[in-house]
Amino acid sequence: MIKETAAAIPMERPGASRLHQSRFWLYFVLCVGSVIMIFPFIWMILTSFKTQGEAIMIPPIIFPATWNFENYTEVLRTLPFDALYINTLLMMFWRVICASAFSSMAGFAFAKLDFPLKKLLFFIVLTQLMLPSQVFIIPQYLMLSSMNLLNTVFALVFPGLVSAFGTFFLRQFYLSLPNDLMEAAKLDGCNPFQTFLRIMFPLTKTAVMALAVFTALFAYSDMMWPLIVNMNVDKMTLAAGISSLQGQHSTNYPVMMAGSALAMIPMLVIYLVFQKQFIEGIALTGTKG
Amino acid sequence: MDTRVVNTDLRAAKKPFRFKSDWAWAYFFIAPTIIGLLILNIYPFIKTIILSTYKSQGLGPAKYVGFANFEKLFSQSQIWQSTWNTMYYMLLTVPVGVFIALILAVLLNSKVRGRDAFRGIYFMPMVVAPAAVAMVWKWIFNADVGILNQFLGLFGVGNVNWLSNPGTAIISCAVIGIWSAVGYDLVLILAGLQSIPTTYYEASRIDGANACQRFLHITVPLISPTLFFVVVMRVMTSIKQFDTIYLLVKAQNPAYKKTITLMVLFYREAFEKFNKGYASAIVLWSFVIIAVITAMQFMAEKRVVHYD
Repeated sequence: MIKETAAAIPMERPGASRLHQSRFWLYFVLCVGSVIMIFPFIWMILTSFKTQGEAIMIPPIIFPATWNFENYTEVLRTLPFDALYINTLLMMFWRVICASAFSSMAGFAFAKLDFPLKKLLFFIVLTQLMLPSQVFIIPQYLMLSSMNLLNTVFALVFPGLVSAFGTFFLRQFYLSLPNDLMEAAKLDGCNPFQTFLRIMFPLTKTAVMALAVFTALFAYSDMMWPLIVNMNVDKMTLAAGISSLQGQHSTNYPVMMAGSALAMIPMLVIYLVFQKQFIEGIALTGTKG
Repeated sequence: MDTRVVNTDLRAAKKPFRFKSDWAWAYFFIAPTIIGLLILNIYPFIKTIILSTYKSQGLGPAKYVGFANFEKLFSQSQIWQSTWNTMYYMLLTVPVGVFIALILAVLLNSKVRGRDAFRGIYFMPMVVAPAAVAMVWKWIFNADVGILNQFLGLFGVGNVNWLSNPGTAIISCAVIGIWSAVGYDLVLILAGLQSIPTTYYEASRIDGANACQRFLHITVPLISPTLFFVVVMRVMTSIKQFDTIYLLVKAQNPAYKKTITLMVLFYREAFEKFNKGYASAIVLWSFVIIAVITAMQFMAEKRVVHYD
């Protein structure tokens, strides 16, 4: 039955075979693209299980003869991965909390409250958005070093304590919420803080989630700042930590691949589970931001 | 007296609702952000400008040197070479990267089965630390045993020193850059495409427009605000490119001079050679470049971007 209809379609519509062909090319391009995107990850994982000898074989072999975990034990011996995971997590956690809380408050005030010097103060927010972050790095580093706070989790969080992008982004959301809500809240006897916390903030949940994903992603992949402030390997993040593998194992690719895989897998698993939230969050920061 | 009452009434009617008397609350809400920005950004920006007029002398006190750092900077060929490298990297990555992302987004927007899966796959490099990305590509690009050269060898291509040949190193880094960012741009562009009402396409189909015409006359104008945003963001991040090139092209690499970007130069001067004043001059120079290019883009915006 199904076969019959499938066969009947091209006969009924002369253009259908051309359509089929273009569908084929569509999927072909998308699949080739996907292979290019995935291949490096697969190659990383495969290499991480090979011996040094297998990895540099010509012509290359695809699968290792035996799946050995020696490269993993070796890299775990060289780098304190538990510390790297914890530091990275703490940095992401505090940056997300600070950016979400402070940006929500400021975004609410800039969108819904009136106060003197509002334009000037908002201009300060915009300046930060327009300047490249590297312009601030040397003085930020000097501040931390004069406070003896280098090699701490606080140092990792420091530049992300407040977020100009978050303030700007959430302000857009508060602007789109109706003023009637504010009025109703005031009639019910809420002060501005209660209005913010109980009425307005819960309505921006999607936007705050999007900001959280955005902040976490960029905190995780930032390399320059962690390299600068935390030289001590126990205080490094994953991004900075595995970059130091290069010096120690510059030619031992299987060990380097094992280290990269260990750094990659936790975030990749989180991403695969929350893929929808990740991608929708990023799309939202693009359309409103 | 009467007129004044009318005036305020009118204003009250026009103006949206405000908690007028609660300035204190407003300052309470913005205090963390504003204080944070003053300490973390405004003060450091001014401090960087001041630092750029000082020469650091080891552990001793810095010495005021006026514009000497800038004079030294612009008299050296490395700054011009790095500026060119940065521009070249931008020209290699932005047009190609955004174009690929646009094409893939258009393909994914046409009733594709497994769209979410494809989108998820293309986005994947974004959730992997750049250091891990750099590492695996270094392995793929390896001149002697790397899989890329072995694959090309099947077609009779000799071994290419992808990452240590001054001609190819920056191109190889650009390939990594495009590969890493294409999913991010794709997600933004796809979101823009999905907001185009399908009625436009139906109407044009009735008028007899083919797929190519529909793309040029409907998709491109309607997606132009999103594309503009993506291009501006991509230009900014490509000028600030640091990690891939820093990790893959070390100082002893023969391609070093022809590859390093301004940010790599800045990092090495500031945190490896500890020339804070000189490094501040470099970063301010980068800032000027970003400002000029951003201004140019916003001037072009009026001509190119189509807002309803």
